[in-house]
Amino acid sequence: MRLPKPRGVLSEWVVSRLADARPSAAAAPAADAWDDESLALWTLHELSYRGFEDADERAEWDPEVLHVRHRLETALEERLRSRWEQAGPVSVGVPSEVPSALEALVAEDDGPSLADHVRRRADRDQVLELLRQRSVYHLKESDPVAWVVPRLPVRAKAALMELQYDEYGDGDPNRLHSHLFARGLDAIGLRSEYGAYVDDALPETLEMNNAVSLFGLHRRLRGAAMGHLAAFEMTSSLPSRKMVQGLERLDLGGPMAAYYDEHVEADAIHEHLAARDICGTLAEDEPEQADEILFGAFTCLDLETRFATVLLASWEA
Amino acid sequence: MPERDYDHPDVVICPDGPLLLRNATSVQDADGVVHDVRRPVVALCRCEKSSRLPWCDGTHKVIPRG
Ligand code: FES
Repeated sequence: MRLPKPRGVLSEWVVSRLADARPSAAAAPAADAWDDESLALWTLHELSYRGFEDADERAEWDPEVLHVRHRLETALEERLRSRWEQAGPVSVGVPSEVPSALEALVAEDDGPSLADHVRRRADRDQVLELLRQRSVYHLKESDPVAWVVPRLPVRAKAALMELQYDEYGDGDPNRLHSHLFARGLDAIGLRSEYGAYVDDALPETLEMNNAVSLFGLHRRLRGAAMGHLAAFEMTSSLPSRKMVQGLERLDLGGPMAAYYDEHVEADAIHEHLAARDICGTLAEDEPEQADEILFGAFTCLDLETRFATVLLASWEA
Repeated sequence: MPERDYDHPDVVICPDGPLLLRNATSVQDADGVVHDVRRPVVALCRCEKSSRLPWCDGTHKVIPRG
């Protein structure tokens, strides 16, 4: 993957700073807009995943670069927490209530459903647009979650590995979820290289990706990372089935439908592992993480709602 | 605190949800058809409303709880 096309003065600074390892003459400017800011942070996070062919690898741990990353992550975390505050955060009295509190949070979520639209009404261009946006995450599906493994107590760690083993194809590279998605993209004529559609990504898409990277990269946010995972898995199997129906309705079945089909079954299992064996035991072992788990779950649902709202509005759907 | 061992059952019944089964290699459904298992854990439908029996597909969540 190559460095993305800048969207303002800050992402311009980041892109040129990463392309050239020397300390910059000018300090990083303030972002022009949210679009610019979210692309800048996405680019900095990406250094810890697969990197860029045209960036200096040492930039990942360069203090000047880290300083900018820290500034942007702080602003992102404040945005996410203030949305949770506005929504009226729930708190659990006893850690053992975490799985049912997660269920309640998911059940109360009344955001618009992209999968419903795909199943019934979306046209081909809309589905392709949705898949390009989704590709930013699905091509690295589960990777930010993997960072959390060493930070968990015994039971949550074992449960997360049980889940991740399945996400990563149960040892078979052909069944790795991100690989299944790449095969799906190829089959419907989209580009499948890692990061192919970043230049088309909406700021809402980048913010979703930045949130999981933030949660995954910081040990302090392990509870939020696991709560996010639980909400993600708990809202996956039924919508995945609708995606399969919509893709087949539009003659886009085959490998892309197979990707979603895999998630119908897999996530019906994973949601229980995530809510009970991961989040439930983490909250028991580290009770101060209980409310953080709910914050992470809310963030997942909230960011999906914002993304779906913007996309549906742009389609006048 | 000294380390202790934990419960890790092979069969787990989820309240109002499926039955989780660990370490199975094949499952026979109600029609006698045998399905190979390729995952370490599977979820077997208990509500009988799944579109892909014997596996749970999440449909139980949209059924009113009696
Ligand atoms: S138990 Fe989940 S669909 Fe029947």
